Amino acid sequence: MIRLEKRPQPSRVWRLATPLLAVLATMIAGGLLFAVLGKNPVEAIRTIFWDPLFGEFAFYYRPQLLVKGAPLVLIAIGLSLGFRAGIWNIGAEGQYIIGALTGAGVGLAFYPLDAWFVFPLMVIAGALGGWAWAMIPAVLKVRFGTNEILVSLMLVYVAEQLLASMSLGLLRNPEGMGFPGSRNLNDYAAGSSWINQNAGLHWGVAAALIAVIFAYVLLNRHMLGYHIRLTGEAPRAARFAGVRPARLILFCLGTSGALAGLAGLFEVSGPSGQVSIDFNVGYGFTAIIVAFLGRLHPVGILLAGALMALTYIGGEIAQGNLGLPAAAIQVFQGMLLFFLLAFDLLTDYRVRVTRSEVA
Amino acid sequence: MKRRTLLAGAAMALGLAAGAAVAQDDKTKVGFIYVGPVGDGGWTYEHDKARQAVEAEYGDKVETVYQESVPEGADAERAITQMALQGADLIFTTSFGFMDPTINVAKKFPDVKFEHATGYKTADNVSVYSARFYEGRAIQGHIAGNMTESNIIGYIGSYPIPEVIRGINSAFIHARKVNPDVQFKIVWAYTWFDPAKEADAARTLIEQGADVILQHTDSTAPLAAAEAAGDVIGFGQASDMAEYKDGPRVSSIIDDWAPYYIERVGAVMDGTWETSNRWDGIGAGMVGIGEITDRVPEDVKAEALAMKEAIAAGEYHPFTGPLNKQDGSQWLAEGEVASDETLLGMNFYVEGIEGDIPE
Repeated sequence: MIRLEKRPQPSRVWRLATPLLAVLATMIAGGLLFAVLGKNPVEAIRTIFWDPLFGEFAFYYRPQLLVKGAPLVLIAIGLSLGFRAGIWNIGAEGQYIIGALTGAGVGLAFYPLDAWFVFPLMVIAGALGGWAWAMIPAVLKVRFGTNEILVSLMLVYVAEQLLASMSLGLLRNPEGMGFPGSRNLNDYAAGSSWINQNAGLHWGVAAALIAVIFAYVLLNRHMLGYHIRLTGEAPRAARFAGVRPARLILFCLGTSGALAGLAGLFEVSGPSGQVSIDFNVGYGFTAIIVAFLGRLHPVGILLAGALMALTYIGGEIAQGNLGLPAAAIQVFQGMLLFFLLAFDLLTDYRVRVTRSEVA
Repeated sequence: MKRRTLLAGAAMALGLAAGAAVAQDDKTKVGFIYVGPVGDGGWTYEHDKARQAVEAEYGDKVETVYQESVPEGADAERAITQMALQGADLIFTTSFGFMDPTINVAKKFPDVKFEHATGYKTADNVSVYSARFYEGRAIQGHIAGNMTESNIIGYIGSYPIPEVIRGINSAFIHARKVNPDVQFKIVWAYTWFDPAKEADAARTLIEQGADVILQHTDSTAPLAAAEAAGDVIGFGQASDMAEYKDGPRVSSIIDDWAPYYIERVGAVMDGTWETSNRWDGIGAGMVGIGEITDRVPEDVKAEALAMKEAIAAGEYHPFTGPLNKQDGSQWLAEGEVASDETLLGMNFYVEGIEGDIPE
C-alpha cells in the first residue's frame, strides 16, 4: 500500500528548488511528447526557451515578453494577497474585462480631445471598474457569507456578456462600417498606454513592477501584510491578534480587482487597442497559475510571469516554425503546473510503501 | 518614433536578407494564420486544404507554413509578425478578427504581401477576399423552408457582423418564399469555433421546437447535436461535413479557396501581385453546394439545383426586390437588386425576422 506521510520539517532547500525542478521535468517530459509527435525534442525545447531570448529575431521577441508578462504579473500580485489569506478570487478575468471597459469608456468619451489628463483618468476608471466588480463577491461574502469562489467565477461570464454588448453597442466604432469593436485607441495618442511600442514598454509594464515592490513592502514591512500572512497560516491566532476578517476580505478582493482592472485598461489601450468581443484571452485565469508558480511571493511571481510569457512566446514560435500543434503547447504549459504541484507534494509529504497487514 | 524607424530598418534589412535567401533557393514562402484548429472539419479545414493545394500545384517552388488556433486580437499581431520575420513572402490571415493586426503588421513589412479574408481594410500590400456565402444560404433557405414541419428553423450565429447577417437574411427570404409560416430562432454563440458552445446552442434551438438547424460556426458539433436529437436536419458549414451524410446533413455550403490561393501565390511568384478586393460566389467556384441527399424530396432538390444554376449564371440574385427591412420600410423595389456596398455593410434584418441584432 502506498501512503503519504507529512514531513515534520519540509526542507527549505527543496522548497526553493522545486520550481526549477518542475521546469526541468517539464522540459524532459515535454521533449518526450514532442519526440512522439515526430519533432526533434532538443530543437523544440531550444525554440521555446532559447529563441525568444537569444534567437535570430530576439530583438522582436524580447519586447513581446514584456507585453505578455506584464498583465500576468499585475493580476497575479493582486491574487496572491488574497490567496495568502485564504480568500479565493477566481474571477480576475471578469475584473480585467470590466477595468478595460470602464477605462476605455472614459478614453472614448473624450475622443478626439488631445489633453494630458485623459490617460490618467482612464487609469483611475480602469482601477475603479475592476475594484467595483470585485466588491460584488466581497460584499456578498461579508454580508451574507456567500462563497467568493463561485460568485467571482460566475461574474466572469456576466462580464463577457457585457463586453459583447459594449463592443456591439455603446462603444462600437461609429466609423466601423457596422462591424463590432470600438475605435482603436492606438490611433488616439492621448488615450494610449504605450510608452515605446517597439521596446514593448507600456504603462502596464511599469505598473507591474511597481505592484511587485509594493506587495513586497506590504507583506514584509507592514502590519496589514502581517495580518494577511497570519490569517492564512493561523486563522485562530489571527483573530486573537485582532484581525478583522471582514476588512481583510474587502481589502484583498478589492485590491486584486483593482489590479486586474488596471491590467485590462493597460491592455485595451495598448497591445489590444480596442474593445472587441474577443478582447479577453484568459490572462485572469493564467495569472492564478502564475501566482502559485511564484509561491505567492512577489519576486517569485515576477519570475513566474516571465517564465509563463516565455512559454507563450516560445510556444508560438515552435508552432510557426516547427509545425507543433497548438494543443501540444497547451499540454506543455499544463505539465509545468502539474510537475510543480507534484514536487510540492513530495516536499511536504514523503511516500511510504507499506505492506498491508492482515489484522 | 525613432525606435519605430529602427524596427522598420531592421525589418527592411531582414526583408533584403530574406530576398537574398529566396534568390538562392528560389522558394516562395507562404504563411497562413488560422482562427481554429486545422481539424475543425469546417472553415479552417478548408483553408488548410487550399494550402495543401498550393503546395501540390507549385511543388518545390513553394514552402508553406501555418499557425492554427490564433486568437483574434493582440496575440494575432505577434503571430503574423513572426511569419513576416521568418521570411514569408505572402501571408493569408483567414478570419475577420485579424483585420487590424494584419494592417498593423503590413505597415512594418512593406515588401511582404498580405491577404485578409472577410475584412474591408486594404493597403498597398494588403488585399481582401471573401466568398458570397449568401448565395449558398439562399439555396439552404429554400431547402430548409420546404423541409421544416414545425415551421421553426434554428440558426446559430457566430458574431453579428454583416457577413453573418447577410447569411441569415438570405436564408430567411428563401425559406419564407416557399413557406409563409416559417420562423427563425437565432442564437448568437460569439465564437467561430467552440464545439461545446455550438452544441449547446443547437440543443437549445431544438428544445424550442426547431427541426432544421443552420449554423454559421465552424465545427460539426451542431450536426452531432441534431443527430442525437433524432428528427432534426442540418447543413454542412464551410466544408462538406460528409461524415453526417447518412444522418442529419442534407446538403452543405463548401468554401473552395484553392483556385484563389493558387492564383495569388502565382502572382507573387511572377511579380504581378497587386492589391485587390475579391468577392466571388458560386459562379466563380469559390462557393460550392454539397450533394443534396435523398432525405430531400426530388422536386425540392430539382428546384434547389435550378436556383444554383441561375445564381451561377448571374440570372438570379438572392437579394432581389421587392424586399422590406424588418421595420417595414422599403429596402428594394420590385426587381431591384441589392448593391454590393449595402450587402458589405448589412446591419439590418429583413421583414419577418423576429428579434433584434444584438447591441
